[in-house]
Amino acid sequence: MTQLTEGMTNSQGASSGSAHSAQPVILIRPSKGWVPFNLRDLWEYRELLYFLVWRDVKVRYKQTALGAAWAILQPCLTMIAFSVFFGRLAGIPSDGIPYPIFTFTALLPWQLFSHALIESSNSLVTNERLITKVYFPRLVIPMSAVLAGLVDFGIAFGVLVVMMFFFGIVPTTAILTLPFFILLAIATALAVGLWLSALNVQYRDVRYVIPFLTQFWLFATPIAYSSNLVPEPWRAWYGLNPMAGVVEGFRWALLGKTGGTPALLIVSTVIVGVLLISGLAYFRRMERTFADVV
Amino acid sequence: MSDIAIRVENLGKLYRLGPRERYQALRDTLTDAMAAPFHAIRNWARSSDGGQPSNDFLWALKDVSLEIKHGEAVGIIGRNGAGKSTLLKILSRITEPTEGFAEIHGRVGSLLEVGTGFHPELTGRENIYLNGAILGMKKTEIVHKFDEIVAFAEVEKFLDTPVKHYSSGMYVRLAFAVAAHLEPDILLVDEVLAVGDVAFQRKCLGKMQDVAGAGRTVLFVSHNLGSLANLCPRAVLLAQGEKRRDGVSNDVIAEYVALGSQEHGEVVWNDPATAPGNDKVRVRAVRVVSDGEVTAEVDIQREVRVEVEYWNFKPGARLCVSIHLLDKMGVPVFASANMDSANRTKDEWFNQPHPVGLFRSACTVPDNFLNEGMYSINAIVLTDVANIQVFAREAVSFIVHDTGAMRKEFGGAWIGVVRPKLAWQTQFVQSLNLRSSEEQTR
Repeated sequence: MTQLTEGMTNSQGASSGSAHSAQPVILIRPSKGWVPFNLRDLWEYRELLYFLVWRDVKVRYKQTALGAAWAILQPCLTMIAFSVFFGRLAGIPSDGIPYPIFTFTALLPWQLFSHALIESSNSLVTNERLITKVYFPRLVIPMSAVLAGLVDFGIAFGVLVVMMFFFGIVPTTAILTLPFFILLAIATALAVGLWLSALNVQYRDVRYVIPFLTQFWLFATPIAYSSNLVPEPWRAWYGLNPMAGVVEGFRWALLGKTGGTPALLIVSTVIVGVLLISGLAYFRRMERTFADVV
Repeated sequence: MSDIAIRVENLGKLYRLGPRERYQALRDTLTDAMAAPFHAIRNWARSSDGGQPSNDFLWALKDVSLEIKHGEAVGIIGRNGAGKSTLLKILSRITEPTEGFAEIHGRVGSLLEVGTGFHPELTGRENIYLNGAILGMKKTEIVHKFDEIVAFAEVEKFLDTPVKHYSSGMYVRLAFAVAAHLEPDILLVDEVLAVGDVAFQRKCLGKMQDVAGAGRTVLFVSHNLGSLANLCPRAVLLAQGEKRRDGVSNDVIAEYVALGSQEHGEVVWNDPATAPGNDKVRVRAVRVVSDGEVTAEVDIQREVRVEVEYWNFKPGARLCVSIHLLDKMGVPVFASANMDSANRTKDEWFNQPHPVGLFRSACTVPDNFLNEGMYSINAIVLTDVANIQVFAREAVSFIVHDTGAMRKEFGGAWIGVVRPKLAWQTQFVQSLNLRSSEEQTR
């Protein structure tokens, strides 16, 4: 007999009770209020997550003339614009690092974040057919939208490596912390994506908020400038923008220099944790009505 | 070990305003919140005279209890909006019940639609993997069955072509092939057999029979009573969200058919907010008119006029109307539309910009054309000829009575889904000289 990727427990997290032999028992009943995250069910559906990421990656650059070159062009063009206008003309200081690589290091996680934000907030609406016709943990959808951005991130990362070589920057041992900051960037994107995607199902206003939000957030994040510009007593609070922590963390891990402080980083990490857990809770709470409302 | 596969107890699902809740703009929620204190006062003032009417809510499913054993194949029948799909959606965990509970023992696979998640830009090969994963198959399982799926769909040559270049037949075959190779303990199927050409439909039915025969539990929703009776020894009849009958398929189907004959040959939705359709078009009424009267009983010698009334809400919409006439087994007898090229007369409104308002389109089915028995009608309103806006499935049904006018010479059973009165001529072509008789005369 072949298997389906069904969870042992149901979406409401009820126990399997008196399980008969090895058969999974699914209990279906109305749920009320806050419900458990049910990450185990999500684990059961990891292959679906993989296929949806794979689909998004495959389809992304279909029918584009330049294809995956966009993954390089987008951050590079932004970097050039920033270097000319902010670095050269406005003369914004860059912690003693060549301005292009200073801003490119920050653009790397930013692109991952902004892309994930846009894609995941729309993900539930664009996958309406799936939601109304098949069961799976709905978390898979915004997660796949976020993770699909990692391929672009990897390609742009290659560009960064070339640039570091070109500018003669040798990473310090701090580079060992890079995985943590990549995780932090993904967690930030997922946290915001969960909130926005669930809200977007109910309130289509979200779709009009996104362009404004990403633009505002871009300038509120130390990408074109350094956190050094924020006066010291306030700098830790700057971490309330979790992307400030991510970006300064990236600079520190890759370039060995940062305008951020440990306090800023801690504030960012805590904020991401709070956003992610509350986002998960809100998403799970709204999940039961997705199929009826979307 | 228990032999119960599915146990459903007092299951109910309440929908607010129509079959689907509408999403709202944040503005509405804000204004609602602002107005809430006033509503509260008004409601308080009103509470003396009975409180709020419950018109805004609809029990799509109410108090349904069922027990299905392992290896049983059960059909679910009922009219549009009887709660069949809602039941399947709850059992598939797509939507939550409002009350009651269900218990499912075993791995569930649900097929509410064929080709869910197919991506037009991906190739046939890629879509097999994607669709398989969406339906709940493991990757190893898909790899294992890959060749079988491809052979079943008959698309070997086009495996590496994006499915957007497929013909609709190929698309559907591939989609069904993936679904057909899903092998859960319990299979929930909704109407998916209504796809493809006749030969492929037969193949699909065969596959379904294999599944049912292999000891798996099947819950099958269909309008095609013929195939349902074939597949499922047991059937459940739902009406207005409640269980009406549960028993041997033939008995339940008979009751369902009888239920139809209590109709008045007309169905009317008076409220433009809840009538079937969307914010572009809604159907107000579908009726059968014969001899100048709305009726569910039609004389075989009379013309039958099928009228569809609909509201247009979008100024300038180019509307087109179509009907399907189905026999009592749900088999389509014909489809007709008011398109110029398919119209004996001329419909001045066909695909013309319609102002906002109520319209009525009528189609005349000739006399001495249908056979005796029950027929039902799907009413469809489209925009720009191609986009279905409303699909009122089996909106009305009617019975054609044989008055004996065509059978003065013959009294036996007259087979066929139609009984057209056709032109017959016999000619004497040439005389035949039988040699044997010649020889005899010699």
